[in-house]
Amino acid sequence: MSAVRFVDPSLLADTAEGPALWGSRCRDCGAHTFPRQGGCPRCTGSGMEDVVLSRTGTLWSFTTQGFRAKPPYTGSPAYEPYAVGYVELPGQLIVETRLVETDPDRLEIGMPVELALVPFRDDEQGPVHTFAFVRRTP
Amino acid sequence: MSGVAIVGIGMHRFGRTEGVSGRSQAVHAARQALDDAGLRFSDMQFGFGGSYSAGDADTLVSELGLTGLPFVNVANGCATGGSALIAADAAIRSGTHDLGIVIGFDKHPRGAFDADPAEHGIGSWYGETGMMVTTQFFGMKIQRYLHDHDLKPGVLAEIAAKAFRNGARNPMAWRRKEMTADEVAAAPMISHPLTQYMYCSPGEGAVALVLCRAEDAHRYTDRPVYLAAATFRSRRYGSFEVYSPWLALDRAPSPSVDAAAAAFAAAGIAPSDVDVAQIQDTESGAELMHMAETGLCEHGEQEDLILSGGTAIEGRLPVNTDGGCLANGEPIGASGLRQVHENVLQLRGDAGEHQVPGDPRVGFTHVYGAPGISACTVLTREEPS
Repeated sequence: MSAVRFVDPSLLADTAEGPALWGSRCRDCGAHTFPRQGGCPRCTGSGMEDVVLSRTGTLWSFTTQGFRAKPPYTGSPAYEPYAVGYVELPGQLIVETRLVETDPDRLEIGMPVELALVPFRDDEQGPVHTFAFVRRTP
Repeated sequence: MSGVAIVGIGMHRFGRTEGVSGRSQAVHAARQALDDAGLRFSDMQFGFGGSYSAGDADTLVSELGLTGLPFVNVANGCATGGSALIAADAAIRSGTHDLGIVIGFDKHPRGAFDADPAEHGIGSWYGETGMMVTTQFFGMKIQRYLHDHDLKPGVLAEIAAKAFRNGARNPMAWRRKEMTADEVAAAPMISHPLTQYMYCSPGEGAVALVLCRAEDAHRYTDRPVYLAAATFRSRRYGSFEVYSPWLALDRAPSPSVDAAAAAFAAAGIAPSDVDVAQIQDTESGAELMHMAETGLCEHGEQEDLILSGGTAIEGRLPVNTDGGCLANGEPIGASGLRQVHENVLQLRGDAGEHQVPGDPRVGFTHVYGAPGISACTVLTREEPS
């Protein structure tokens, strides 16, 4: 993972199964958040602890980006068009993410997906990556 | 406690008016509302108003008159107009004031709104990677809604076609050219399943309302419209809102559900009593979802209602009779008050070519926007008991 330049390294945990997203879990009520935060949006307490979010889940919703987004977007045209969606991570939360598949006819709610790191921007030192989810094949 | 009546309405035409500032449009609307009530600005005991990108409402006094009145700026995103109206409602209902004005106006640059993640408490990665885009949110929200309620996307094009039909009948609308559902569906895809003409555009416009104690209303007009309820709610844990890097597994109703239910309860009026409704149609999917979230119909029932013409001006539940945001555009500060202005026209019987037949007596308005807020009103022709 150290070889991959990532848009915000504080989002990413290094696990035995590969990179995963960091989240927070409330010690009092069990609510999860992404990214990590100090206060619990459900019980309003402040007893949050770090938790590694699941690398696999199911697609909860999706859409496509049909025009070139304006700043603060910094992506490079080489990685467009792109699609985005929400992925349900069982027992944790529903995370918003880029999707590797960009054809809406090949995306369906409920399909199994897993985390991947994908390039979204090139700079002088090469590609910068972000997280995405891709169809999981058994 | 006093009831509240609307006795004067004014509007600057929505759309694009080159060379006329947002503030000038607001002054135009304010003077028209005062004339409508037979009053002068010096009669106003208070003002509430706001815009998102056209300046501070309280500076309008330099043009309207330096009378010393308390004029409070309101900045609440898409609920700016609704919030100004709620503040005015409270000022009169509480007995603090008898008579005042609310003004909503705006003038946005062309193109989709852009936003800074930091202002929403989100890391810059969210914007850099192309997720700080409102149009995506609407695509994902309606995608999930269609799936949950087994609705077909074709209804989305029908909603936009209805908006442009109504806009063509409204001389104050921006988009006055009819478009068929097939043309809407064939337009470039913005965020699947929503095409270009299913989204409203940022625009310009201004609306002003003069309000007073209900018992004084007949001093200023022979056709007052009563503000039976005005409510505002923000999101709860588990609702699905724009700019959300994550959602909770526990799902909760949208703030629209809470604001609408509170408005109907406060007015003592059932959704089934509504004769004409203006509801937030930032895009076609929003109108579809909000029809059910506000209680005007059941979830899943919208498809039959829309395809059978039930939400047309002549239908059993006329929705967005002035063409809504789709035909009028979205000047954020003015949009919520546009809805109230339209319902006052409808309840007075003054809506001309887009008048709902059958002598409407109860109107409902609903706005919804970032970061998960909703404001609703119930308007009546008879003074609430």
